[in-house]
Order: sequence, then C-alpha cells, then structure tokens
Amino acid sequence: MATATTEKTTSARAVAMKKQDAASAPLPKSSRRRNPMERRPSRLLTAGMVLLLLYSVLPLFWLVVNSTKTQGALFSSFGLWFSGPFALFDNIQQVFTYGDGVFARWLANTFLYVVVGAGGATFLATLAGYGLAKFDFPGKKGAFAVVIAAIAVPGSALAVPTFLLFSQLGLTNTPWSVMIPSLVTPFGLFLMWSYARESIPDELVEAARMDGAGEFRTFFTISLRLLAPGIVSVLLLEIVGTWNNYFLPLIMLSDPQWYPLTVGLNQWSEQANTAGGEAVFNLVITGSLITIVPIIVAFLFLQRFWQSGLAAGSVKQ
Amino acid sequence: MKKHSRWRLGAKRVAVTAVTGLAVSALLAGCATSSPASPTSAPAFSQSDIDKALDQETTITIWTWATTLTGIVEAFEKEHPKITVNVVNVGTGAAHYTKLENALKAGSGAPDLATVEYSVLPQFALGGDLVDLNTFGYGDLEDEFTPSVWNSTNVNGGLYELPHNAGPMALFYNKTVFDQFGIDVPTTWAEYADAAKKIHAADPTVYLAADNGDAGFTTSMLWAAGSKPFQTTGTEDVTIDMSDEGAQKFTDFYSPLIEDGLLAPLAGFSNEWYQGLANGKIATLATGAWMAGSLKSGVPTGAGQWRVAPLPVYEKGDTASAMNGGGGYAMLNQGSEQNQLVSAAFLKYMEAGPGVQLSIDAGQFPATTADLQSDAFLNKTNDYFGGQEINKVFAQSAADVVPGWQYLPYQSYANSVFGDTAGQAYIGKTTLADGLTAWGDQLVTFGNQQGFTVK
Repeated sequence: MATATTEKTTSARAVAMKKQDAASAPLPKSSRRRNPMERRPSRLLTAGMVLLLLYSVLPLFWLVVNSTKTQGALFSSFGLWFSGPFALFDNIQQVFTYGDGVFARWLANTFLYVVVGAGGATFLATLAGYGLAKFDFPGKKGAFAVVIAAIAVPGSALAVPTFLLFSQLGLTNTPWSVMIPSLVTPFGLFLMWSYARESIPDELVEAARMDGAGEFRTFFTISLRLLAPGIVSVLLLEIVGTWNNYFLPLIMLSDPQWYPLTVGLNQWSEQANTAGGEAVFNLVITGSLITIVPIIVAFLFLQRFWQSGLAAGSVKQ
Repeated sequence: MKKHSRWRLGAKRVAVTAVTGLAVSALLAGCATSSPASPTSAPAFSQSDIDKALDQETTITIWTWATTLTGIVEAFEKEHPKITVNVVNVGTGAAHYTKLENALKAGSGAPDLATVEYSVLPQFALGGDLVDLNTFGYGDLEDEFTPSVWNSTNVNGGLYELPHNAGPMALFYNKTVFDQFGIDVPTTWAEYADAAKKIHAADPTVYLAADNGDAGFTTSMLWAAGSKPFQTTGTEDVTIDMSDEGAQKFTDFYSPLIEDGLLAPLAGFSNEWYQGLANGKIATLATGAWMAGSLKSGVPTGAGQWRVAPLPVYEKGDTASAMNGGGGYAMLNQGSEQNQLVSAAFLKYMEAGPGVQLSIDAGQFPATTADLQSDAFLNKTNDYFGGQEINKVFAQSAADVVPGWQYLPYQSYANSVFGDTAGQAYIGKTTLADGLTAWGDQLVTFGNQQGFTVK
C-alpha cells in the first residue's frame, strides 16, 4: 500500500517537472511565429464541415445500403443500416434481366447520348469559343451577346418548344431528338471563349500564321493542345449534364427502347405507383447505384484536368 | 389498375401539365367533329375476315404498363406464327394516357391496342379515337362477362373494350394488428369508424387506414354508397350532382374520420405508404381485388398477416359494393384494316379465349362470369392471405356491385383537380361535403368550356 502511494507521488511529480521543462524550454522557431497557413482549426468550422459532409454522403450511403436489400426488407427495416439477406448481387442480376434486359439497352443508349451529345457539344463549343476569342469579324459582339443571353435560359424552359419543333420535323421518338438539342451548350461556349482568350497568346497564333500554317492547321496542331484543360472541363460538365438529363428525353421519347437510364429507372419506379403495375423498388435502387458508377469513374479520371482548367488565369504568373 | 398515378417530381408535373393541356384540348376538339359509330351497326367483318388476316405477316403494337401479358403473347404467337405482338410500356397511369393523347393528336404513332382503364374509357370513346368492337360482332360476347364490367366497356351504345380485369372492392386487413389491438373485423361503416377510433387511441402511430384525398377511392366509395354523381346521355349531355342521398351517406360517415385525424395522411402507393403497410402502421385497405397481387409484390414481408373481408356496408344486412380500378384494352382507329383485324383476333384470344386463364394465372382478377363461378377459381387458397379463399369474397363483391354508375367523359381531368377542391377537406380547409360540391362546380364549368352541356 505504502509503495503504491510513493510510486503515485513520484510519477505525479515527474509529470509536473516535465511540464515545467516544457514551459521553460524555448519554443521551436517555426511555431512561435504565427503562420497564416497553419491556423488552429476552428471547432465550429470543423463541425460545420462534418455536417455538410454527412449531408452529401448520406444519400450515397443510403443508396449503397439499400441496394443490398430485397424488396421485402426495404420497407420493413431501418433505412440506414444493412438488414435481411445480402441481396446486392442478386439485385444486380435482376436489374439486367428484368423486362427482357432492357436496362442494358438503356445503359447503351445513355452512352450513345453522352458520346454524341456531350462529345459533339464540347467539339462545337471549342470551335465556336476559339473563333469568338481569336478572330475579329463583323457581328462578333452581337453573336457574343446572344450566347451570354442564352446562358440565362434554362434548358427545361426550352424543352416544350423544342418538342413542338421536333414534332414538326418528325424527329420525336428518335434518338436524334435527344442528341441534337444536347449539341448546343452556351455555357460551354462561354467557358471555352474565356479559356481560349487566357491560354492562347495571340503572338503564338500569329507566329504560326507567319510560318505558313492555315487556320485549321493552327487550330488543330497548336491551339487544341493549349486548350486541352478547358476542353476537359467542358466535356466533364457536358457528360454530367447529358448523363443526368431527364426532362428532355421524357417528353421526346415514347419508345422505351430509346430511353436513357434516367427515364427508364423512373418508369420502373412509377410501376409501383399504381395497381396492376409491379413494385420493383429494389431494382430501382440497385439500378440507380449502377447508374452513378460510370459518372464517378468519369469524375475521378478527369478531375485533375478540371482543377487545372478552373484555376487558369486566376493567378498572375 | 388504378385511375392515376401520383406525380412527385415537380419538373415532371410541369411536363405533364404542359403536354396534357395540349392533348386534352385537342381531344375534346376532336369530340365535336367526329361522331362515334352508330350503336346499331351490324358487324362489318366476319370471323373468316379475321382468319384471313391472321395468315399474313403482321406486327401489332400494344401499349400497356401491365407486366403480365408476356405469357398470352407467347401463346398467341405460337398459335399464329405469322403474327408478331409487340408489347411496349410507354409509362404508367397518367403518363401512359398523355402519350396516347399526344399520338392521337399527332394523327400517327398510336399503337393498335392500349390499356384504357374503365374510368378513362368514356374520355377516349367519346373522343372518337377508338374502334367500336361491334364492328367485329363482339357485342355477342356480353353473356361471358359480369354486368358491371360489361357496362363499363359500353359507352353511348358502342363497345370500346373487352373487359380484361375487374376491381370489385373488399376490405383488406392486417389480422396481426387487429389481434394485437383486439379489434373485430368491421361489417358496417359505423363499426369501421369505431375501429378507427379504438386503434388510433390505443397507439397514436397506428391508423386503421391511410387517405390524403384520392379521387379514385372517393368515387368508388360514392359508388358503393349508391351515389350517382356523373351521368352522361348521348355524347354531350352531362349531369353532375355531388350531394345526392348516397353522397350524404358517405360524407356523414367519412367526414368525422378526416376531422378527428383518424386517417394516416399518406398518399397511396407512396414509399411511406408501402412502409406503413409493411410495419403495421396502416391496418386496412378498402380497395379493388387487384390489391391482393400488389400487396404480395410490394409488401412481401406481410405474408401470412393479411386477410380479406367483404366491404363494409351502411346498414347491417345490406349488400352493396363497387368497383375500384380495372380496365381492358381498347383498339385505336389509326391502324390499317389488316392491323385492326389482327388486333381484334388478339383481343378475343386474350379476353374471351385461352388468354383468360393465362391472365388469371398471372394474378389478374377475371371479369368473365364462367371463371368467377368456377370451383377451381373460388376454392383457390392464397398463401399470402394465410390460406384464405379470397376469391370467394371478391366474387361475391363483384355480384353485389351497385348498378348504374358512370364516369365522366373527362374523368382524368376531374381526378387531376380533386386535390384542389375536395382534397382541401383533408388538410382541414373545408368540410368533405363542401369540398365535393366545389369539385362538382369546377367540373360543371370545365365541361361547359369543353363543349359539353353540363348541369
């Protein structure tokens, strides 16, 4: 008993001494000077960030958890944790076989719309943005004003007029009715315009002309490379936009064979909304999970370009 | 099948309103110019015409959201190898009708056959877009179907569908929950109201039923109460009366349930609604026979807990029931003669031939009298419902349906404005009786604007 007390006192004293040492010892130079980059983290800010993080990750977590459940477990178990038999692989298999495997078709359609729509939109925006930035021609200001004005008009507002227009042309219910409107991107054009202005020195273009390169050759061999980060940014925006496009295909298409994933999945979801239809919530959820995988892959793959693209012109070098 | 699905996405609502607006006006404009076939028209085609048509390579298209057609199509194609039947799901409920109206407005692109529920049939039939099936002599099939559904397929003297299924109403109840709270199965609506009070008092999270204002349910309840709010004579004369004796019986019984908060404020077929059914928070459903299949696929964990009882009545000993949902396949008149003949053959095969049994096997509730009276059908036990012979309850209900009911020739519009008028009662803004009157008033105004003579 006595020894134990002594030990305690000694150890306590040792700690106290150490503290004293620490207080009297000179602080390392770097931490004595307040470095603005190494401010102490604010608890309030951290808590706020954690909340925001939860807010954005929670739906994703919900999606992952619930795609492992069967239709029965979905409605009888707690939504934010696993329950019942692990049915993820079974669900995935069903997603691809339900309705004669129409999901695979929707996936292929979506890829088609993204490749043609987003790819074409990026190509056109690059050409037009570069042209507006680097060439002088009559009506340039007017053209630019139209583009800026077009950014302000949301796509949804144009959907019904576009439908009526395409209906006159006899193009509704064809893949063209989804791809052609996607080819126009005023915001992408604006982004490419500003990027081309900042990243391609006029002197370089002039030098190429002096060396005898034609405008197209200059564009494709010199300018295009300099524009790469900007192009990737626009491409990424357009891929996400086209991949998630719901409203336009909804009103344009009536043949499920041409649906993109968004409209198709909603059709599955609607089935449960009425009697006579079949409730397939487990397939809707698993299908949604499968739907976001390619977009996540695209983001991870392209984001480094995007970052460098957005930072362009922001710092004086 | 139910009258309309619910739209939860704002963006979608805009799309539907925009497109439906165009379509409805076009539909009703068409109403003025084209007149339906004369009721007494003799068959224009004989069975041999149909047989000849089946001998040519033909593809017909059907629009439906039902997933139970595959077996029938396969069997039909096997029997008639030159025919291809293309089943397309263009959307569910309102989305389906919007696409249909758009195709009719455009003048091309409509399918040969399409699901049209009984409640929406007058709208399409009076619009002059459907083929009168008397053209093929199908009026002779009358004796094969129950009178209440046959009545639904006949509009203004024309036969515009062969019945596919029926929705005789019954009371689905969760026996486990009833046992837990010591509730007896109600046989009258007064007992039903008492049960609603008792169950909610015992546990405030549990409700006897869910309803946040559903036009389909309300019209069926009016029907069961003997009310006849909508009557159409000819193609244009419509009478609307939301306060007849039957309507008063219904509002007297139902208003207290709404006002005392005894109904779970959930929309039918919403996620929360399915969840409520799965975890015992919603104890009953007064709805069509098709719910047996929907419960099984939507709430598989409820197996063994649910039972079916006859729909309660207003006076003990009465027999009164109604239909909720159900429909058939209508033939659109855009197709060629060849396609119409083949479609007619498929229709008969599906609704009055070998397809009927395949439909029943796939879970559809039959509209054919022979099947409704067959022992095989009546004595079939259902494991989901604890081995109960549920078809007996439904068949009795089908026989007890109050005759004389009609839907409006613009029922889908009527359903779409239910929430703005009668639905206000469910959020305490008005009484149910006043809400129904407001609904009726709006339907009178709209009908007159659309070229009907409405009183």
